[in-house]
Amino acid sequence: MDTMTTSGTAVVTLPQETQILITREFAAPARLVYRAWTEPDLIARWWSGERGEVTSVEIDLRVGGRWRYVMTANEGFEVAFHGEFREIVPEERIVMTEAFEGIPDPDDHATLNIITFEEVDGRTTLTQLAECGSRETRDMIIDSGMEGGMQEAMDRLEQVAVALA
Amino acid sequence: MARAATTADAFNAVAEPRRRRILDLLAEGEQPVNDLVASLGIGQPQVSKHLRVLREVGLVDVREEGRQRIYRLNGRSLKPIHDWVVGYEQAWTGRFDRLDAVLEDLTEEERKDGHDDD
Repeated sequence: MDTMTTSGTAVVTLPQETQILITREFAAPARLVYRAWTEPDLIARWWSGERGEVTSVEIDLRVGGRWRYVMTANEGFEVAFHGEFREIVPEERIVMTEAFEGIPDPDDHATLNIITFEEVDGRTTLTQLAECGSRETRDMIIDSGMEGGMQEAMDRLEQVAVALA
Repeated sequence: MARAATTADAFNAVAEPRRRRILDLLAEGEQPVNDLVASLGIGQPQVSKHLRVLREVGLVDVREEGRQRIYRLNGRSLKPIHDWVVGYEQAWTGRFDRLDAVLEDLTEEERKDGHDDD
């Protein structure tokens, strides 16, 4: 139960009631994984996954600095996230907030993400622990498909947008 | 009486390590409470409390056999969690696959530059 599924290589677990943990190993040293995670040009190449294309990456990589990523989903609408860096240990650890702009009062429902890069024999295990802070926030994240990545969540978002129009 | 918040839904119910362990044990087949108590190494009242939470959200079913209460996993109620995790995992797998490609390029760049550009 701890590891809910083993399909694919990203492993998602729910270690605590309000936490979501992702683990993945990369065939590269930590300094490169860290670069890919923190340099705008590199982030733009992977952050949207297969769901769309990244259109904007702004990063002020320092404690208290803000970040904002925007992608255009394959269906044509925009998905944006933003947050603030709370802790930065180059090539080892980043603590940042993450708010999904597709929900009301995004900053009230931001998660605190702890990302760690651990290198062994030239390979790097990356973990991202998202602390939701409350069950309400966790449920909103789950309902919104977290990264705006899941089709049904997109459909729901569209319905909301239509309802607001 | 107010019900404990942790019983609200299946996500909450599986967020407790011992309840996950119970589900793991029941995934191997139905079991009487006493067997679960023996496997878990905690008191019967605690095990019963966890089983009650799991039953309230429909993750386990119970049947009586003589004087024993036999529990089994109800896979169907795990489906909402499973579906969400699978979707979330797919979104991240898509990202990570692309990240692999970025890292391949960076590795290649470093090799060309003689790996002294840090």
